[in-house]
Amino acid sequence: MDAQSFHYMRRKFYNLLALSVSVLSAGFGIFFLFWILKDVISFGLPALNGSFFTELPAPPGAEGGGLANAIFGTILITVVATVIGVPSGILAGTYLSEYGRKSRVASVVRFVSDILVSAPSIVVGVFVYALLVKPFGGFSAIAGAVALSIIMLPVVIRTSEEMLKLVPDATREAALALGAPHWKVTVHVVYRGALRGITTGVMLAVARVSGETAPLLFTSFNNSFWNFDMSEPTATLTVTIFNYAMGPYEDWHQKAWGGAFLITAIVLCVTLLSRLIVRRKAA
Amino acid sequence: MPVIDRHKADKAGDALFKGVSYFFALLVIVLMALIFVVLFKESLLSIRAFGFKFIYTSVWDPVAGEFGALPAIWGTIVSSIIAIVIAVPVSLGIAIFLTEMAPKGLKGPIGTAIELLASIPSIIYGMWGLFIFAPLLSEYVEPYMVDYLGFIPLFNGAPLGIGMLPAGFILAIMIIPFISSVSRDIFQMVPPILKESGYGVGATRWEVIRKVVLPYTRSGIIGAVILGLGRALGETMAVTFLIGNSHRISLALLDPATSISATLANEFTEAVEDLYLSSLVELGLILFVITFIVLALAKLLIGRFSYKGGNL
Repeated sequence: MDAQSFHYMRRKFYNLLALSVSVLSAGFGIFFLFWILKDVISFGLPALNGSFFTELPAPPGAEGGGLANAIFGTILITVVATVIGVPSGILAGTYLSEYGRKSRVASVVRFVSDILVSAPSIVVGVFVYALLVKPFGGFSAIAGAVALSIIMLPVVIRTSEEMLKLVPDATREAALALGAPHWKVTVHVVYRGALRGITTGVMLAVARVSGETAPLLFTSFNNSFWNFDMSEPTATLTVTIFNYAMGPYEDWHQKAWGGAFLITAIVLCVTLLSRLIVRRKAA
Repeated sequence: MPVIDRHKADKAGDALFKGVSYFFALLVIVLMALIFVVLFKESLLSIRAFGFKFIYTSVWDPVAGEFGALPAIWGTIVSSIIAIVIAVPVSLGIAIFLTEMAPKGLKGPIGTAIELLASIPSIIYGMWGLFIFAPLLSEYVEPYMVDYLGFIPLFNGAPLGIGMLPAGFILAIMIIPFISSVSRDIFQMVPPILKESGYGVGATRWEVIRKVVLPYTRSGIIGAVILGLGRALGETMAVTFLIGNSHRISLALLDPATSISATLANEFTEAVEDLYLSSLVELGLILFVITFIVLALAKLLIGRFSYKGGNL
């Protein structure tokens, strides 16, 4: 074999090697996704039954009972967090896309929210503990909701800015030329154009915070009973999963798998749904 | 309504709307500053009591009221480094596969699958790691690791399935989707004409990737990796389940260890004395400062590729 064809073979070989490695790594990632999903389904599904959704937790060590209060608590805290986080996030995003644009303030806000998006969520928990739990004398659902809204805020800001920016400037100018004031243009024209994108972003943000555990550990804490009072500690699915999985009883572990299945199913469905919405828009 | 009144009302509406949106934009900056200030204020007690000794001593004894953060800082950094070492090659492989190789029909589904992996809550990873992965490791992997690789101090320790290495591995699984989807977005920024000129002179696909795509995107990819590092440093639930919660520094990666986030998750609600609580808050402050620096660096590096941040 002459040198040239050897060189060619070697290049082909390295090409094949590198490409196989990258196929293998894609396979590796997908393998773990399915492995985790398989276990969450096969351990979680059998744990779900009527009493799981309707009954209070049984006393430690006893069989039976359910996580009804934790399911309700997760919904309550997520809804309150959404009510706080989403409007303020959309308004801040509006500032970035409609008013601030290239100003100094706007770029600082972008920088800070990009950092907050990835900031450790447990530190947010510590922060809210110092701000709302310690001074007011106890764990509370509202503290948990505030912690989640802080985590949600930067995500909503950045996505709503991106979505608002997709509305062409010509559309704004057309509305302004008809004599509409800037705020009416924003509310009636720009928001309407970006509605679908913003909805998707909000859904993703809600899905993300509903699976958060760390910021709730020392804000909303836990509760074995029903609680409808925002100023009292409240059980959530994720914190209950944490406590039950770390606990010694087999029945707790099963309940934890059930909760894990529920939360994973919700988060994955919302994520898939929002991707479908985006895709339909693109089509 | 007379025209002049409507004009006034419009002007007032404009000012109000702009003011309100400006207020919420500023709120984010205030929030960030407030986090620093509040954490600092709450950790003053511990800062006064221990000073810099807090960072480099390793005794963590709540009963005696002595606190040194070194084991937690060490665990946070080492587990994140393990995660990065495992995750970076795999993530880049995935990103290359998705941008340069996958047939059109596969790109969408595989990209979606990887992003779904990113949306699974971290507590699920932790729980799965504890109940499924750790027993497998302690039975089938770690004993052999100790037998055959045990002469290297790193691969020694108790084969419990729980410790620094398992925690780092689960962290890697968690950050792979982040790094790969950011790198995919960055790879897609390479102008097709550059790649085509590579193919035009007869380069193989791998040569185009190595000599055109990677050099062109280098700083962005480094940024993506650092972004992943930032996530790994602050990740709590996955680590808490698997790291073993032992305030000891051990070179053997199979041994139980602890991290800042795991210490906070486990001990915060138990801390009754003021000094204990304040030391825990100081741990949180240290974690926040470290991740702030790391993420700011990532942001500066990625910024060049106009990647628009977050929302994975």
